Amino acid sequence: MTPRKLSRGVAVVGAGMSGFGAFPGLSTRDLFVDAFLDMRRSIDQGLDPATIEALYLGNFSSSAFEGQGFIAPLTADAVGLLPKPSTRVENACASGGTAVREAMIAVASGLYDVVLAGGIEKQTDLPIARVTDVLATASDTQYEGPAGFTFPGLFGALATAYMDRYGATPEAFMRVAIKNHDNGAVNPRAQFGKRIDDIMAAKRAAAERKGRTIPDWADELEFLADDRANPVIAWPMRLFDCSPVSDGAACVLVVAAELAAQFTDSPLHIVGYGQASAGAAHDRADLTSLSATRDAASQAYAVSGLGPADIDLAEVHDCFTIAEIMATEDLGFFDAGRGWAAATDGATGRDGAIPINTSGGLKSKGHPVGATGVAQVVEVWKQLRGEAGDRQVPGNPSLGLTHNLGGSGQACVVHIFQRRS
Amino acid sequence: MTTTDTTDLPFNATGFYRLLADKKLMGCRSHSSGVLYLPPRPYCPVSGAADLRWEPLSGRGTLTAFTVIKVPPSHMVAVGYGRDRPYACGVVALDEGPSISAQLFGFDVDDPASIAIGTAVRAVFFERDVDGESRTLLGFEPVAE
Repeated sequence: MTPRKLSRGVAVVGAGMSGFGAFPGLSTRDLFVDAFLDMRRSIDQGLDPATIEALYLGNFSSSAFEGQGFIAPLTADAVGLLPKPSTRVENACASGGTAVREAMIAVASGLYDVVLAGGIEKQTDLPIARVTDVLATASDTQYEGPAGFTFPGLFGALATAYMDRYGATPEAFMRVAIKNHDNGAVNPRAQFGKRIDDIMAAKRAAAERKGRTIPDWADELEFLADDRANPVIAWPMRLFDCSPVSDGAACVLVVAAELAAQFTDSPLHIVGYGQASAGAAHDRADLTSLSATRDAASQAYAVSGLGPADIDLAEVHDCFTIAEIMATEDLGFFDAGRGWAAATDGATGRDGAIPINTSGGLKSKGHPVGATGVAQVVEVWKQLRGEAGDRQVPGNPSLGLTHNLGGSGQACVVHIFQRRS
Repeated sequence: MTTTDTTDLPFNATGFYRLLADKKLMGCRSHSSGVLYLPPRPYCPVSGAADLRWEPLSGRGTLTAFTVIKVPPSHMVAVGYGRDRPYACGVVALDEGPSISAQLFGFDVDDPASIAIGTAVRAVFFERDVDGESRTLLGFEPVAE
């Protein structure tokens, strides 16, 4: 079935995010205020907040993470949106991307002209074991739970299937981590503002200070293969293959395309959009590829008339390093089974054929679950407007793609953004 | 093996685990579509009919994906697993077609690279304490060569 197009053009005219990291004493509402103020500063002609007509808010589990359900109206209140309608959107790690999509559809419907799409999560108040348990509620708790799966475990299993099919080695996963840390080191909002070799230097210095044996890793790969420095979490996923536990918020202002000029001369038009669902891992025929990504991407390409070769850069859902490799194949940037080699030979770097996760990705920027899909749009906003500073992709990019995944691949949302001026 | 009366068993996780408690691995088949489901479903999305019947499965299959968990969830920590006592779990494709997630036994969890996808496995039933109650769960182990 050919996907239908929106009956009205929709554009993003502002985008902002809080810092991502661990922020004791700040709730999701506080972080959302930071993101909201950052978004307001990004709007070239300024924003009268009273023009915002509705809020769609991506959030996975504020109920469990901060003991606060029913989070949307409280968040709307925090940024002065009352009495406008506010709705929480939950789609696991794809909650943020889904909120952007719902905001887009709401504007395209003609019901609203100006809608705020946001995302929030506050994970660091809980001990790590509880965080693992809360995240695991996004798996199939009737079957994957009793099997003992965790989220690193589910992606570890996808990784073993991928390695077996295509001969990939853990070095490819390490290359993704090294690249995303390189990018995150030049993103002031990233949780880890450090390259892997900076982390190695810090560990060597700490060992020297404490009078311990100074580790003699020859390079980043040797560090990442060290069981003590980079312990296995769920084979073959090690600590540095996993995105961190994070707090953060992000929001973007979504408006009718015909009104975009009131806000900025450089809006991002949402020219591609797709969303798909899939079953639990054991219900899928193939574990080396994610059907929800392929389905969402094919919709986004079909409605935009674009193909993967047209895209200048992409923010993809690297909750685990294997997920980035699979995404670059399922989005069509590389053939099936070629993504791991592409990650190894630098094709996904900032100056590569298709820059992937210039923000640092979930891996280095951080992964406050519900905020992630919205923050991906924030990075594309900066890159396409030439505002990405030290991590700016060269060549005046005009087309950027976001790929937001839920669970182990049960949900996927893809958007393609275009700057026309 | 005891005889289980499946007459009133719901075609869902409750029915599945009740059968496991009797050491039986069963899926269910839609009469109209002929599709076999594991995990069981009360509704066949292929035919749109709720016409399922329980069907015994051989428990034989092959390993299609696996991991070795070194940082377990709380319910696995509660039964003694942890970094010093990792465990394997994975996805098994049964000879009859459907796949299922399960814990894996009899593999060398200290050398995960030695675990081979495609290994022939068979179902085992094991007991685990869940919230103070013993439950029978599904596992798989390699078939001795």
